[in-house]
Amino acid sequence: MAELTYREAVAAGLAREMDRDPTVVLIGEDLRAGGVFKTTKGLFERFGPVRVRDTPISEQAIVGAAMGAAMGGLRPVAEIMFSDFYATCWDGVVNEIAKARYMSAGRLTLPLVIRSANGGGIGFGAQHSQATENWAMCVPGLKIACPSTPGDAVGLLAAAVRSDDPVLVFEHKALYGVRGEVPDGDHVVPLGRAGVRRSGADVTLVGLAATVPMCLAAAADLAAAGVEAEVIDLRCLVPLDAATVLESVGRTGRLVVVEENPGQLGWGAAVAALVAEEAFGDLRAPVLRVSGGNVPLPVAKELEAEVSPSAAKVVAAVHRALDHRRVAPVA
Amino acid sequence: MSTDTSAGQAASGAARGEHPTPDRNEGLTADDLRDLAPADQDLRLYRAMAFVRAFEERVETLYKQGQVRGPAHLALGHEAVAVGVGAALGPQDRSIGTYRGHHHALVRGTPPDGMMLELLGRAGGVCGGKGGSMHVLSVEHGYLGSHAIIGAHLPVAAGLGWASQVLGEDRVTACFFGDGATNIGAFHEALNLAAVWHLPVVFVCENNGYMEYTPIETVVPVTYPAADRAAAYGLPAITVDGNDVSAVREVAVAAVATARRGEGPVLVEARTYRHGGHSVADPAAYRPLGEVEAWKARDPLAVHRDAAVARGGDPAVYEAVMPEVREQVAAIARRAQEAPRPDAADAWTDVWSDGSSTWRS
Repeated sequence: MAELTYREAVAAGLAREMDRDPTVVLIGEDLRAGGVFKTTKGLFERFGPVRVRDTPISEQAIVGAAMGAAMGGLRPVAEIMFSDFYATCWDGVVNEIAKARYMSAGRLTLPLVIRSANGGGIGFGAQHSQATENWAMCVPGLKIACPSTPGDAVGLLAAAVRSDDPVLVFEHKALYGVRGEVPDGDHVVPLGRAGVRRSGADVTLVGLAATVPMCLAAAADLAAAGVEAEVIDLRCLVPLDAATVLESVGRTGRLVVVEENPGQLGWGAAVAALVAEEAFGDLRAPVLRVSGGNVPLPVAKELEAEVSPSAAKVVAAVHRALDHRRVAPVA
Repeated sequence: MSTDTSAGQAASGAARGEHPTPDRNEGLTADDLRDLAPADQDLRLYRAMAFVRAFEERVETLYKQGQVRGPAHLALGHEAVAVGVGAALGPQDRSIGTYRGHHHALVRGTPPDGMMLELLGRAGGVCGGKGGSMHVLSVEHGYLGSHAIIGAHLPVAAGLGWASQVLGEDRVTACFFGDGATNIGAFHEALNLAAVWHLPVVFVCENNGYMEYTPIETVVPVTYPAADRAAAYGLPAITVDGNDVSAVREVAVAAVATARRGEGPVLVEARTYRHGGHSVADPAAYRPLGEVEAWKARDPLAVHRDAAVARGGDPAVYEAVMPEVREQVAAIARRAQEAPRPDAADAWTDVWSDGSSTWRS
């Protein structure tokens, strides 16, 4: 067991997969230099220019070449530096990669991963801070992994690289400096299996990536007030571990979903809808969502915080859910 | 067929199902364009073009009868490009094309029966009913698909070349696209990447003069929309008469050899003409009077037949080809029309590698 930062865990996870499988190759911008987030540090020196390929600033070429390489027998891991940049190559992701297997009736297999730095909290502004995981969730054919810890950064990446389906890994840039334990050996976290990070009987909090530590911080505050929150780390949006969420809500009767993407159409809406459809009878309060604001992300600290989810907003939402029981039911 | 299956790609999905794609491969096979010898190459090239012509004519008829599901973009007039380049590729090589791609699929050996089933939306089509005319493919024959977003597949071709390079495989990828693709970013990104990485890719522009409904010369400031841009990326470019199959083949043999030697990509721009509209639904009334007739006077089949006869070929032999392939295609169409329709439940398979479309627990 080693303690690594999240960014070191990404590099370590890539190195583990490249050691294990010679067909795993990297493609992206500034990889040789270690990447702007230092997530590929040391990999060029270790694996050489054949397997660690620097590209020009050409996101369409990166995504398309990853697809072709996957069709041609490699397991490419492409990097789109900031997840905002998916907009420059979204055609390749959603019209080509997501659909190739289906349109070919299973004759094409695309074992590829696209990693990118996602999310806000560090003042990068509206074009470098978006949480874009909900974009991908609109498109059948893409698996979506969003690690919240260094251990999961390694384990989910391992599962993604070994998957025969295309997987988008959204690393959270506010988490890159966070330290955590990474198991030694072959550490694989299966796609589509949520983690219960904290048990509690009063309310279920569902988070993803950076909103998981946020939920845990909220849960600690709530515990001081005598409220026990269960915290579920979804880990993946597709496959979605709906069973774990439904089971938890079945016990707590209350659900607060904490998502960083804009609430006007975030993944939390999908989670809320399926709970409403399938666990309505278990609910003792309306499902609440703490979401990113429906504005482009501003830069100044106070402005960005204003429109971003936070532990305090989660605590407030939980109290709203708990207060709901005081409303007299309609006779 | 002994064609090496693309590494990492296995026939599965619909191939496993209740209605497998027929491997019946009558009419045109990959072997028909392999090992051409001086004694027979003229006739074999002609016959392959004639088969493509007959296939597309039949698709046009079926479309007008309402039997084709979705649009159909035909290669009538483009036959020499597909056949000329196809004859330059080896069984291990790959090709990839556009929504106007029936000809590119056929010349690699994609079963015509499976293609016709796909076009008519019947069970057993090469895409299991999930692709249609714009997405036909045959992985086992090295045709990695028709792609219907303009330009999107050029970077994919670069990636196929990259895989060959990394794996040390002797495979060249031929990438077909139209003149209309030369103004989209993916074209430029792909050419640059392929050139800077010395990838074994031959980019083939089928310049038919029209970007959908718009004359290409009204939207580009250069004479050759692909070849004139290639120099900017350090790519050798060759222009060729795309209605002369022998010329196309000669150029393609040289380009494929360059790529195979590891000397990097080559771009070929073949000037040709689309006999019909952008799709069968387009009457193409925007074309100036006399233009179609002038190009049909240089029909690639007639050009090649005349040249072959001038070289000593028997005119009677050439005359017999078209009726023969039309009969073959008519039989293919009949079989497809009599085939069962797909099971609706097939719509729920093949999203994921486990065969399912399940997205949640």
